[in-house]
Amino acid sequence: MALLQIAEPGMSTAPHQHRLAVGIDLGTTNSLVATVRSGLAVVLDDEAGRSLLPSVVRYHANGDVNVGYAAQAAQNSDPHNAIASVKRFMGRGLADIDDIASLPYRFVDAPGMVQLRTAAGVKSPVEVSAEILKVLSRRAETALGGELVGAVITVPAYFDDAQRQATKDAAQLAGLNVLRLLNEPTAAAIAYGLDNASEGVYAVYDLGGGTFDISILKLSKGVFEVLATNGDSALGGDDFDQRVFCWIVEQGRFQPLSAGDMRLLLTKARDAKEALTEHTEVRVTAVLSTGEMMDATLTQADFNAMTASLVSKTLAPTRKALRDAGLAVDEVKGVVMVGGSTRMPCIRQAVADFFRQTPLTNLDPDKVVALGAAMQADVLAGNRAGDDWLLLDVIPLSLGLETMGGLTEKVIPRNTTIPTARAQEFTTFKDGQTAMSVQVLQGERELASDCRSLARFELRGIPPMVAGAARIRVTFQVDADGLLSVSAREQSSGVEASVQVKPSYGLGDDEITRMLKDAFTHAKDDMYARALNEQIVDAQGLIAATRAAMAEDAALLSADEIATIEASIAALEKLMAGPDVEANHHLAIKRGIEALNAATTEFAQRRMDQNVRRAMAGQKLETFG
Amino acid sequence: MAVTLSERAAQHVTSYLAKRGKGVGIRLGVRTTGCSGMAYKLEFADEAPEGDEVFTSHGVTVFVEPKSLDYIDGTELDYAREVLNEGFKFNNPNVKNECGCGESFNV
Repeated sequence: MALLQIAEPGMSTAPHQHRLAVGIDLGTTNSLVATVRSGLAVVLDDEAGRSLLPSVVRYHANGDVNVGYAAQAAQNSDPHNAIASVKRFMGRGLADIDDIASLPYRFVDAPGMVQLRTAAGVKSPVEVSAEILKVLSRRAETALGGELVGAVITVPAYFDDAQRQATKDAAQLAGLNVLRLLNEPTAAAIAYGLDNASEGVYAVYDLGGGTFDISILKLSKGVFEVLATNGDSALGGDDFDQRVFCWIVEQGRFQPLSAGDMRLLLTKARDAKEALTEHTEVRVTAVLSTGEMMDATLTQADFNAMTASLVSKTLAPTRKALRDAGLAVDEVKGVVMVGGSTRMPCIRQAVADFFRQTPLTNLDPDKVVALGAAMQADVLAGNRAGDDWLLLDVIPLSLGLETMGGLTEKVIPRNTTIPTARAQEFTTFKDGQTAMSVQVLQGERELASDCRSLARFELRGIPPMVAGAARIRVTFQVDADGLLSVSAREQSSGVEASVQVKPSYGLGDDEITRMLKDAFTHAKDDMYARALNEQIVDAQGLIAATRAAMAEDAALLSADEIATIEASIAALEKLMAGPDVEANHHLAIKRGIEALNAATTEFAQRRMDQNVRRAMAGQKLETFG
Repeated sequence: MAVTLSERAAQHVTSYLAKRGKGVGIRLGVRTTGCSGMAYKLEFADEAPEGDEVFTSHGVTVFVEPKSLDYIDGTELDYAREVLNEGFKFNNPNVKNECGCGESFNV
């Protein structure tokens, strides 16, 4: 008979209607799948009892695909077709990948996202990720004995819309229903039950095989807000192995190594590092293919000394993240350790010293993200009573659009909890304007050119009206996965246009932190730039209106007056084009606008009188008629 | 009349309850549903349900809905592992036949 799990009170499911849901940690190096069984989150193992699935996919010419350990083993022999760390290419263009020269893959530049040429044809990172997800999904269905209703998949907090959408696309391709994408640090915090803890600020220190991420989360009313993220995309456990490897080569006084010996010594180095987690010293022996030998003892103290610079390299971004969040060390209530490399005693010590408290380490750091995702999936699949928790996430960067003069109008400010929808009304700038271009932006800067453009679309068919009369309602909607759709609707005619943001290329974590930092450092410049652009927009509007009036009612002006007005316009135009060196240039333009206004006051008065006269004349006719 | 737990099942229930951090025991029952007429209910109990039959087996308190007892009297709840899947199993002497998957049954 079927095997049952214990349900929460009142939450038993009908036969064949188990709401099986899993959490998936789709990692750069390794991936995992976890679920909640009888109220307890557990990681699901493969047939061989291994929980980690190396995130490596190998394509064969005959169409076969290997995922995991088999693919990983072929990385050296078949470098073009055994794809590792594909997460780094998700939602990225060729130009976004900085170390392209050092990677063995045959990249194909494609619009939107880079692709990889393999023996089985050109594959996109989405397809490669889907292969990993398929394996995990199959593993879960075998282990749980039924079809999954859905999965929560974790993504780094700094993933932008393009990278999140690519992850969702991969899940869809793998036949998985995505209940939600969840930020990795948030998942780790959930696994530790911090969402039930008292409110406060928590740090999540994630040191994996090849990447380091630090996130500062704030928990308030059950909502985790990402206050700041920082990290180093090229720092991880592998670097520690490398240090030990160098030590081994030094100890053995080895000559240049063959590829095979190099792999052997790297494995020895990793084993030694792992042994030092439990022991204070480890004996390292190796015999090379050349017959050369080494036999030496590595102590924890030596290891700590040779890796001290790596440890401190993680503390610099940590300090920065705290500073970005505007927090002091003693305001951090708890520290969560994630990633296999946080098992190293030297890391734990350094983190404890830095935060002046013992970090949380009692959950397996390799599994903690997957476990948290599984707990969230359990809630979203409806296996827990509703009042338990409804967890929300926040958007990392503000979303808005470009307005006249290249300015950013923020519609949804950063750190807004999602899902969310906000609308704002805009209008036309010119008389008879029948179309409007909506440029969707992401970022904190005041000038559109300093923000990232996510998409652009046009609203056409606006009925011709005078400038400022049209009412165009622009709605920004961010779903629970942090994905954006924008729609614009002209209220009187009902014409509508919209866009789903699947942005063409992504931003790196460095870039996102840079964008945030720039916003702070450039706050003053931005304010000035905004003031300047606003004045220029005003000036353009005034000149256009003056010209229109002059074309219509030139008869009301003498040649002299026309010359004076033209001169004021020319002066203002010169100011607008003028060099933007003076810090208060916007004030100069403002004075130019005032001058033009003054020069046309008399003219405006006459036009007004004339219109009044015309109106009265009409009145008279009517009265007498 | 009794419902019991195998030792292995009791160990798992005890550890689930401990890790869950709340709950006084488990509650068993049946309801009329499923392809063969009835299905088991297996839930945590946060407080002693009024009117339930109460048994103790290997230190675990087992509540049984009074109306359900006739259908599952004599049942031993076991914990089993089948390839990758694992979970609880009702060894119910009253069952006459059950559906192919064993999720529902009749007596």
